Amino acid sequence: MNAAAIIQILQRAVPGAAYEIGASADQPTIYVPRERLVETCRVLRDAPELQFSFLAEVTAADYLPREPRFEVVYHLACLGTPGFPSDQPSSPRRLRLKVRVGGAEPHVPTVSELWPAANWLEREVWDLFGIVFDGHPDLRRLLTPEDWEGHPLRKDYPVQIRMTARATEALQLTPEQFAANIAADRRRSHKLEK
Amino acid sequence: MADFEIPILTTTVEKMMQWARRSSIWPVTFGLACCAIEMMAMSASRYDIARFGSEVFRASPRQADLMIVAGRVSRKMAPVLRRVYDQMPEPKWVMSMGACASCGGVFDNYAIVQGVDQIVPVDVFVPGCPPRPEAVLYGLVQLQRKIDQTKMRLTA
Repeated sequence: MNAAAIIQILQRAVPGAAYEIGASADQPTIYVPRERLVETCRVLRDAPELQFSFLAEVTAADYLPREPRFEVVYHLACLGTPGFPSDQPSSPRRLRLKVRVGGAEPHVPTVSELWPAANWLEREVWDLFGIVFDGHPDLRRLLTPEDWEGHPLRKDYPVQIRMTARATEALQLTPEQFAANIAADRRRSHKLEK
Repeated sequence: MADFEIPILTTTVEKMMQWARRSSIWPVTFGLACCAIEMMAMSASRYDIARFGSEVFRASPRQADLMIVAGRVSRKMAPVLRRVYDQMPEPKWVMSMGACASCGGVFDNYAIVQGVDQIVPVDVFVPGCPPRPEAVLYGLVQLQRKIDQTKMRLTA
């Protein structure tokens, strides 16, 4: 199934969206406009002739001097498993979606309602590129420390950082939780003494 | 107050203490990345670290003497490393295994600590990427010789 065939199916289901075929050497690649992303992904996941039920990767690329600066890349796969996700037979295939995002205020709607795997994948893209995913239930850093500043995989981020590593981290509990833990421990040891 | 050596009275006791300490160095499992594979190879049958006294790798730092930092340490992992080191009782030693633990290795970037000696005091550095099991055993033997130099001290 090449990109043109997929776009034909999508044009019927999502009328008015401007899809483009992207240049690629390995998988069919489609550029999707940002506003129609969630609808498109829903059709890709649910349509019986498409059935891309597996979100393999969400990542991004930074083309710094160019506007739009970022391209968020989604890798979808149809596993071709008989009987899953629907009874319609499907053949294994892959698809790459690209969404162009401007650099000034990069926002993309989240697909984590469609594929739960997108939860952590989008957290990683937020962490490393600074692209905000609207509607994401828990958008916080994943790979860098929680209090890290900056988005390391952007092209204007320095490569070498000669910063002494921090050997201590703040206590992860609130004072009330800490006191509750101590009290529970005392109650437990009191019971053992009896 | 006073912290002085008592050379004559405690020579034999000192030698006993050194021998006991260097002959049973039990490492704590701290394999972080690829060097952990070579550490596993070292503890397997061909290069057998047990014949040097490291009979078991303890999972709990409370029961371990040596921390072999095997692999690259990321900035997020650094406080964890320090915490595990702090939980080890004295006497304890640290071996920095591999290039990444010693100096950051090939990774001079935002994520990797450029040398684990920024976080914990290191006794032996073993270079390599990864160091061969024999190299790590050589590092262990060097650590044993270093332990043989420790003097008994009386702190009053």
